This record gives sequence, C-alpha cells and structure tokens, in this order.
Amino acid sequence: MYRIGLVGVGKMGVSHLAIAQAHPKLDCVAVCDSQAFVLAGIRSQLGLETYRSFETMIAEANLDGVIISTPTSSHVTLAKQALVAGLAVFVEKPLTLSAADSQELAAIAAEHNLANQVGYHNRFIGTFRETQRLVEAGAIGEVHHIDGRAFGQVITQPQGGGRTWRAKKAEGGGCLHDYACHVIDLMNFVAGTPSEITGARLGQVHSTAVEDTVYALFNYPNGAVGTLETNWSDEAYRKMTTSVTVYGTHGKIFADRQECRLFLKPGHSFEKFDSGWNIRYITELQEPVSFYLRGEEYSAQLDHFAEALAGNPSPEAGTFATAADADWVVEQIAAVHASGPAPVATGAPATVEPPTKDQLVAAAKHYGAQAVGSAKALANAVGTKLKGLRS
Amino acid sequence: MTAIDRILFGDNQFFGVNHMSEEKARAQQMRFRDTEAIISVLDRAYDRGIRSFMCTTHDEIGKIADYVAANPTKYEGFKFLPGMPYAHKYANMVGEMGMVDTLKALTPGGLVDAMVRGAKSTVTRDLNELMTMLVDAEMARFSQVDTPVVFLQNVVADMVLGLRSYDLLGAFAEHVKSQFGAEAGFFTMNMPLMVDALHSVGIEEPIVCCNYNKIGFRMSGGIEAYDRALAEKPMRCIAMSVLASGAIPPAEALEWVCERPGIESIVFGASSDANIASTVGLINDFDQRRLTPA
Repeated sequence: MYRIGLVGVGKMGVSHLAIAQAHPKLDCVAVCDSQAFVLAGIRSQLGLETYRSFETMIAEANLDGVIISTPTSSHVTLAKQALVAGLAVFVEKPLTLSAADSQELAAIAAEHNLANQVGYHNRFIGTFRETQRLVEAGAIGEVHHIDGRAFGQVITQPQGGGRTWRAKKAEGGGCLHDYACHVIDLMNFVAGTPSEITGARLGQVHSTAVEDTVYALFNYPNGAVGTLETNWSDEAYRKMTTSVTVYGTHGKIFADRQECRLFLKPGHSFEKFDSGWNIRYITELQEPVSFYLRGEEYSAQLDHFAEALAGNPSPEAGTFATAADADWVVEQIAAVHASGPAPVATGAPATVEPPTKDQLVAAAKHYGAQAVGSAKALANAVGTKLKGLRS
Repeated sequence: MTAIDRILFGDNQFFGVNHMSEEKARAQQMRFRDTEAIISVLDRAYDRGIRSFMCTTHDEIGKIADYVAANPTKYEGFKFLPGMPYAHKYANMVGEMGMVDTLKALTPGGLVDAMVRGAKSTVTRDLNELMTMLVDAEMARFSQVDTPVVFLQNVVADMVLGLRSYDLLGAFAEHVKSQFGAEAGFFTMNMPLMVDALHSVGIEEPIVCCNYNKIGFRMSGGIEAYDRALAEKPMRCIAMSVLASGAIPPAEALEWVCERPGIESIVFGASSDANIASTVGLINDFDQRRLTPA
C-alpha cells in the first residue's frame, strides 16, 4: 500500500481521490486544500488527515507520493517541493505553464529516480493505444499527416468561467492549456513531437481574457504535417470529444473514444487486417479496470502510477519529459500566434492601417515562406494582394 | 417491497448517448429533438406491454412527465424510474461557474454560503441537507406521476462508493423514502463493491442497476465476480447494457442474460416499434423456456 497525499479538491481532485481510495495499492491518507469548508467535509465524511499547507503535509504525513490537482500555475512549485522531498508525483495536465519549468521538473524526477506522471488520460484509452501501436508497427506505412481535434462545451456564454481559474490566463485558463494540450499530447503519443510550429491562431467565441479556439499547423522531422483544431465553445458536443486521424503511405487510421477505424489501401494488409476498412470498438479494445469511475482511463492512469511507484513504469503512460514536450508545443503555439497578424474583429470594415513590410515578412515566415523560397518575395505578394482587396 | 417490472424501457437513445458510435448518437439526437417523437416511441413501448420508463432528469423528460400526467387514462399503470443527477448539466455548470457557485445556483437559501463561512455547526448535517435539496429540485418535475424507485446515477454513486462515504448512500435512500415514498436504486459500474457498501448501511436488499453482458463490458471485477455476488448477496439486480452498446447480437445477448435467474429486471432502449417488439418477444421467449421444464 502506497501512502498518497492529494492537493487540490476540485472536479479532478475528487475524482482522483475516489479512484485512489478504491485502489488496492493506493491509500490516500492526507488531503490539502485552501478552502477550510472543503477540508472540514473531508475530515468529517472521509476521516482523512487534512492540511492547509502543502509543506506541512509532505513533512508530516509520511507519504510515498502525491497527486497534484490544483490550478496549473501552482504545479511547478508544488511538484518541485514534492520531488525534492523524495516523493513520487502525479500531476494533472498540463504539467506547467512553461516548457523550461517542465523540463526542469523532468530533470529533477530523473535525477532522483522518482515515479512521475501527468494526467494525460487519452494515453489510457484503448482506441488511442491501438492507434499508437498500429502507427509504430508501420501498419499504415510512412506517416505524412496527423490531424488532432477536440470539441466540447466548457464556455458557452460571454461571462462563462468568469470567476473560476479557467477564465484567467495567468492561472492556466483558456482552451490552449485545457483542451489543446490533451490533443497535443495525444498527437505526440501517436506520431512523435513536431519539430516546428509553422502557424497558429487562437480565437475567441465568448471569452475576453482567454481563447476559446486553437488552430495550429505543425512540421515533423520526417516532413509530415500536423493540423490541430480545438474549440471548447461548441454546444454541438454533449461532452469533450477528442479524435485523431493519421494518414500514411499505406492507409489511414481514425480514432475517437468509441472506435478505431483502420483503412488499408488496395494491395496492403497488416496482421489480421485486410485492405479496406477495419473497424473496431472500445468494447473490444479497452482493458478492464478493477474500479470504474467516469471512464476506464482515469482508473488505468492511477493503476499505472501505482505500478510506477513499484518501479515498473510503462513507456506508453508518458512522463514529465513527454509532458514537457507537450508544454513546448503549447508555448510555441502561443508564440506563433502572438507574432502573427492581429485578429480583425468579425464583420468590421477593414479600416486598419496597412501592415508594415517587417510585419508581413514576419507573418510570411510563419506561413511557410521559407519552403517556397524568399520570404520577402512572398511578403511583397501578400502586400500587393491586401492593397488590391482594400481598393 | 416495490415490485419492479421484468422489462424496463431506458432513455439513452433519446439524448444522443451511444457508447460505441458518435455518428449513431447524432442520428438519434436529430430524430428525437421533438418531445412528440419521444412520446410516439413511448406509446409503441406501452402498446407492447411496457409500463416502466427508466429515465434521466433531463429537461426534456420533465415535458414527458407533464404529458403523461395530463393523460392519465392513456397511460394507466405507467411509472417513471428517474435517475439523478443529470451529470452533464452539473459538470458543465461546474466548468463555467466553479463548484461553490454551482451549488449556490442549485440550492435556495443561504446554506452553501453558511457552509463556506463555516457558520453551520456540523458538516455532516450540512452535506445531508445539501443532498436533500438537490434531490428535491430534481424530483420537482415528477410530482404528478408515479415514481416507485428513484435512482442515484453511477457518476455520483460510484464516486461516493470510492470515497467510502457510504452513509451518504444511506441518507439518499432514507430521503427518497420519507419524501417521495419511493425505494432508492443505485446505478453502478462496480456492482459487487456497491452491494457490500449498501449492506453496510443497512439496506438489506438494495436495488442496483449495473452492466450485465456476455463480454463483461464495464463490469468492474469481471463476469465471475458479478455472478458470485448475484448468487451470494441479497440484492435486486437490474441488468443494463445487455447488448454492450451493440457489440453482441440481440438474441445471443438476451439469451445469456435471461439464463441468470438472479437478475430481476432488464432495461433496454430502442427507437423503433420493430426493435421494441423483437426485444420484448425475445425476453419473454427466453424466460418462458427457462421456466418450462425440459
């Protein structure tokens, strides 16, 4: 039995706590939160030790590991304290708000040989695992395009999320750190980390302080292209819906929470799969769990944390290092967006000043001008086109 | 003890829920965007002898309850078995407003404020009061119809189970009994554990609704553990997801589940008269065969 301390009793914190308490090898003995009434409830209903201070908890509770499910901005400090104290650490996604911080945490965890994991639960969904396995085994040949998407309804009105940390950029709010990082980690899991982010736009549907949509274009070391599309203000989806499609020289794979569809081009087969469509469902692809809450993946990821504590981590589960890769992509997307052209308000007449040549060169660079030759030539072409549109 | 019908009609098909295909879910949601379309399917089920509708507390169901209450002769003997809370509504609210503001919005008076301030004396009593207020709010739409069993949905029931806060399950059962004269039912994806927990708070023959299917889909602990619990532990078991979202052909799936005498009821969803008729027919045939000596 591993003694676990949990910090942050929000939506994910309660879920992790329930799953850990039902787990045969995990025992959550201590809980830390900033809200006194939450701690009073935990003490009286669950009989657990409670702490207002994380430092005191790790000093006094004789723990083997911690689960960190606080707002993202606090992850780096808490995770570092836990690692330095020699504890295994499970952190909710994303790992931190800076790739450098995440890399530092990964280095500390590696140096002290401590179990480390981030709540990227898509890695534990059978359909996505199968997609990763098929791609790695070469079922669809050389990958040339990977497309990742997520839609759902988190923010559906102008003041949505107004008083929660999800509406505050500095605390890790926004679609980029909430939805997009899940898809980025899934794409990294299936196809590896991109080498370059060549285009990115963050858009707003309802929010004013954070983005509601993220669109981005990636390059991979082998020349493959990645496309990312996420929107957390889409009421057409009952709950968060994530999918990934991988295109290769021999076929393609589409996967979501329910299905893994493999298409093999004529003349190609793989294992038991023939050319044409091969569709398999989650009912066949998901490993059972001993306790189920909201989805097998949430139990499976803590199952893995227990295995990692026992010294048997599995490479598919991801680590602080793979989460740092996802944070790097997130950071690049934000940077590419920030250096791109300013958004034009929907429906507004084009009364803005014409862009300077420097801005156009910078913009053109982001849209792959290097690939077609001279960035300057492209900038001139774009400038001429814009002038034409205005007149 | 409340009698539960052998065959119960579910409502997933009306609200775009399909565990195997987003596409099927979307097609169903388009078909059932009107209350009339849902009522028309319920009428077909009623014609086939079904009298129990196991439903969520989705807003749309409130309209159906109003309609049934307004037409008592047409729906003689018709019962609602509501399951609460409708989790996605709350999950979305928590995402937008945060936990505390969501609870404030859902409960009248200053209970939540008082709890946050720590002004109330005992936390356990506060939590029970909060739970009863949430249940009463969800039940308001069913005041004019018969609700012999009121269920706690698995997202909440299993979370409470995991947290080992079993008293809350007992408090729910007591409240639906005293306030609505109903028996409590519990959806769960962890049936053997849930039954033990319910026994521990004095519910002797708990009504549990759990997946029961030939491939063991979402039966935590596996088919053998479920069969053992069913044989050894007093309970009233309702089987759901018998077809495992369509992964098992209907006749094979129903034959397998009908062979288990401990299962009291089977809940299924269907959108067409043909599927309703064939499911009811198959269950009746398999039951008949089991009860007739060879």
